Amino acid sequence: MSLSAQLPALQIVVPLLTAPLVVLLKPRGTAWAATTAASAMAFAIALAIAAGVLSGETYNYAMGSWPAPYGIALGIDAFGSLILLLVTGASTLALLGCRRSLDADIEQQRQPLFYAAWLLALAGLSGIAASADAFNIFVFMEISSLAGYIIVAGGPDRRALPAVFKYLIMGTIGATFYLIGVGLIYMMTGTLNLADMEARLGDVTNLDPVLVAAGFITIGLALKAAIFPLHVWLPNAYTYAPHAVTAFLAACGTKVALYVLLRFDFFVFQGNLAEHDIQFSLFLLPLALLGILIASSVALFETNLKRLLAFSSVAQVGYIMLGASLVTVTGLTAGILHMFNHALAKGGLFLAVAGLALAARGLELRQLGGIARQMPWTFGAFVIAALSLIGIPGTAGFVSKWYLIQATLDHGALGIVAVLVIIAGSLLAVAYVWRIVEAASFGEAAAQPDTGAISPSREAPTVLLAITWLVALLNVYFGVRPEAPVELSRMAAEILLAHLL
Amino acid sequence: MIEVVFGVFLLTLLVITAVAVVRTENLFVAVMLMSIFSLLMAANFFILDAADVALTEAAIGAGITTVIFLGALALTAQREKRSPNGRFATLGVISVLAALMIWATFDKPRLGDPDAPVHQHVAPWYLEQTPELMGIPNVVTAVLGSFRGYDTLGEVFVVFAACIGVLFVLSAGQGLDRGLFAPDPESEGLRHHLIPKVVGRLLVPFIVLFGLYVQFHGEYGPGGGFQAGAIIATGVILYALLEGEASALNALPRSVLLGMVVGGALLYTGVGVAGMLLGGNFLDYSVLMSDPVIGQQVGIVLIEAGVGITVCGSLLSIFHAFAAREAR
Repeated sequence: MSLSAQLPALQIVVPLLTAPLVVLLKPRGTAWAATTAASAMAFAIALAIAAGVLSGETYNYAMGSWPAPYGIALGIDAFGSLILLLVTGASTLALLGCRRSLDADIEQQRQPLFYAAWLLALAGLSGIAASADAFNIFVFMEISSLAGYIIVAGGPDRRALPAVFKYLIMGTIGATFYLIGVGLIYMMTGTLNLADMEARLGDVTNLDPVLVAAGFITIGLALKAAIFPLHVWLPNAYTYAPHAVTAFLAACGTKVALYVLLRFDFFVFQGNLAEHDIQFSLFLLPLALLGILIASSVALFETNLKRLLAFSSVAQVGYIMLGASLVTVTGLTAGILHMFNHALAKGGLFLAVAGLALAARGLELRQLGGIARQMPWTFGAFVIAALSLIGIPGTAGFVSKWYLIQATLDHGALGIVAVLVIIAGSLLAVAYVWRIVEAASFGEAAAQPDTGAISPSREAPTVLLAITWLVALLNVYFGVRPEAPVELSRMAAEILLAHLL
Repeated sequence: MIEVVFGVFLLTLLVITAVAVVRTENLFVAVMLMSIFSLLMAANFFILDAADVALTEAAIGAGITTVIFLGALALTAQREKRSPNGRFATLGVISVLAALMIWATFDKPRLGDPDAPVHQHVAPWYLEQTPELMGIPNVVTAVLGSFRGYDTLGEVFVVFAACIGVLFVLSAGQGLDRGLFAPDPESEGLRHHLIPKVVGRLLVPFIVLFGLYVQFHGEYGPGGGFQAGAIIATGVILYALLEGEASALNALPRSVLLGMVVGGALLYTGVGVAGMLLGGNFLDYSVLMSDPVIGQQVGIVLIEAGVGITVCGSLLSIFHAFAAREAR
């Protein structure tokens, strides 16, 4: 078999196979190096797959050479390849940039275990994105969740542990709900393959259990995706995790759950349940709008930098769901594009936070006084990513919000309300970003009595600075030249909608 | 008919046990009741002719989980703290969910109905093809080991993740190699209790032997790597309880256990990669040998060994991590 046909399996096997090996790498730095190498290789594979998808290919793979539905199939289309890019890209950049930051957070002896867990999280998230089998998605969700709890628990603050415990309980409830739903569908169809489910549900006469299944799966995945009001696990988990982990998970963690939610819903339910598109919109649209407004408002009053950005993430999930809940090509394109753009913006912000944290005494806003003068370059990258988060023209965030507004305007009075909410959300974003900028630029540096001894310029380490700037500039690049992600998002939206009758 | 009576009897006991677990505030009692719950569940699975699942539930649910729960309990309080609020909200949410699930089962096909979708679609294919493609009688092993071997690989990595997670979290603040994980030299287990010692010593070799039987007989009867790994781990844990943790660690040091955890996972993934290198897909065992049927059998034996090694190593590592914490 040619190498390119093996790419879908390699995407998962490379990090999965490296994880046990990393446990054995005791000498300083080797575990990090092996993890970064495996992650970079996974990123290269994801790029190759994305290039193939853009030129019209789809990747299907039969595990163990058993044909679906008897064996497990992988299937990577435009949507999956976009998610794979996010997952592998976020992992690689966070690892490359945050070596010093991770050394500061995690003791040397525990690092092999930590990096093994990181690779498992990477393999689990990639496995979800590549899978075309409902139960297989659950298995890899378990891997990615367990590994996610481990790496979040690596945070230096003791408060990371209760945060992880909450995350673990909520995540387990979410996964259990998903499994209950899959079990009910299996009961009615006798299959676990998504495409086969769709086909066989057409012959099922009594759809009540499937309706219940749709409810359980939607709520379970909404928990995992931190859709308002099921987001309560997210702020503390993001806040107390090591900074590199926050950059990794904030960029892609919730998006993978959103991906499964959309894929499952459109592939299996939309074509088979009567008026499911209306139920879907009625359920998710209000949550999306409320999420944007309330989470942004909470962010406005938050005093910790990471918690503030975490609440902003909850609001951004709202934008994504707003686009998706319109159930139109433009709406879904906007939502999926916003997944990509938000990953760029939030990834860049948390990378900059990792740099700031190396010099600042703490991440409370009042402790950041004058940090912009001490670290002008690091903070500059932060501001560019923040502009993209707000959606200033010329940045990536603007493109997806523009698409989103266009999509909502097709919906009459409801559309006007949605546009108003988007604008209000963006204004709130301006306000909370301004609070950070104000504190960092004009706040009193006197809050740090020990600064006198240290030289006034204390930039983040060069590698981290370079990576942060790379991501910040990508925000600008994809704001000016958005063709590739827009094309992938549009293809993904059309694939999803093709399942609608 | 007798099966229905048994089934109803067991399920009633199951409900009573579940209610008792929720009601009790003594965590030790709750753990013991959970063990009974798992045993009842295993008996239920057995009545439903799911012998493989019954064996797993008995070994892991009733056996290992209870030991790990007790290990964790030794580190915390005996009694549950009453949470003042949210009880009624919880009750409401659970009731609604339970009602929904019961409603969904109204349209469930009758139990054992041969026309049910699950018996009409992929299952007949598995039953028909397994003897031909693999030449082994246990179709469950064929499905788990080969047809859906990728899921089983995933489950092995779930166990692997759980193990490194426990080691990572419990080692916080201390070095892995010293301090925390050094066993208490004073710990002597139950050495001074004559009856447990005599009976336990007699049991240990037979438990391990039975584990090996379950491991290598998985192609022909109920069993496989997961159950075998758990049973062998149970035997070693019994030994640790009788002779003290230090003796168990002398027999199987931590480095060996970690090597087992890593080695088993690598063995499983390696078999998959070997399939790729020999021109097939990942986890395609047919290409391992010139005869595809023999190739399938070799592949299943190898990956089951990987599963057993990782599960056994992980469970023992987790047990020792908790036990060492307790000794401090």
